[in-house]
Amino acid sequence: MFRQVAHRLLTRSTTNHSACAAATILRPYSTDVSTDASSGDSAFVEAWKKVAPNIDPPKTPIQFMEPRPPTPSTLPSKLTVNFVLPYAAELSKAEVDMVIVPATTGQMGILPGHVPTIAELKPGLLSVHEGNDVKKYFISSGFAFVHSNSYADILAVEAIPLDRIDPAQVQKGLSEFTQKLNSASTDLDKAEAQIGVDVHSALNSALTG
Amino acid sequence: MASTAAVPFWRSAGMTYITYSNICANLVRNCLKEPHKAEAINREKVHFSVSKWVDGKPQKPTIRSDTPEA
Repeated sequence: MFRQVAHRLLTRSTTNHSACAAATILRPYSTDVSTDASSGDSAFVEAWKKVAPNIDPPKTPIQFMEPRPPTPSTLPSKLTVNFVLPYAAELSKAEVDMVIVPATTGQMGILPGHVPTIAELKPGLLSVHEGNDVKKYFISSGFAFVHSNSYADILAVEAIPLDRIDPAQVQKGLSEFTQKLNSASTDLDKAEAQIGVDVHSALNSALTG
Repeated sequence: MASTAAVPFWRSAGMTYITYSNICANLVRNCLKEPHKAEAINREKVHFSVSKWVDGKPQKPTIRSDTPEA
């Protein structure tokens, strides 16, 4: 089964070989598909006009949606950030210079024109740079999506500004979980204690760093 | 081609990503200063009832709640 997948991946873009072209199902990448659907599906509209020429064809849901902002041909100067939490939108289409997110692979800086990326975030510091202002938040976990049109979507479960962190609680939590880690027996207990240690040490370094 | 991606420690211990994410969020909420901590805990309170269905009939529901019974 996996050999077929590899074969299809390799032959996706090469359509010269007619046998391969017949065998592969060619689907365009999402960035190549036109996002402007305001005129509706042309095949549907034509079929409608044949049957009911005097009535306007009904609109389909996609015509009510805002089209995806197009990928500009020149590098945009600003990054548009949507920083959202489950209960509130912290930043909605904010134009900024740079965002540094705490990805699982390390601190990742996102500038305008960044290659499209999906990054899983670990508990850590998120900083939004706009001119000389830097806004810092501590994120519990989440994801960051960077699109080809220099839009960045950052989704976090909890995001707190640094001045709302209680240092005493952080120290208490850190010592409590380090102790739990040493005395943990089952895999699940060890994992939970390890998570506790990770989160509290990240909070600690966010407060001090 | 078998996937050889490194598995995070919580997944090898049997935890799902949602459980991991919720534990992280709860720990972070715990480290907030008052009054933000009280607001956050209030926001995350849930109250719902779940019932399993057998043979097309609902069984006795269990109520999960963070609000004290008034």
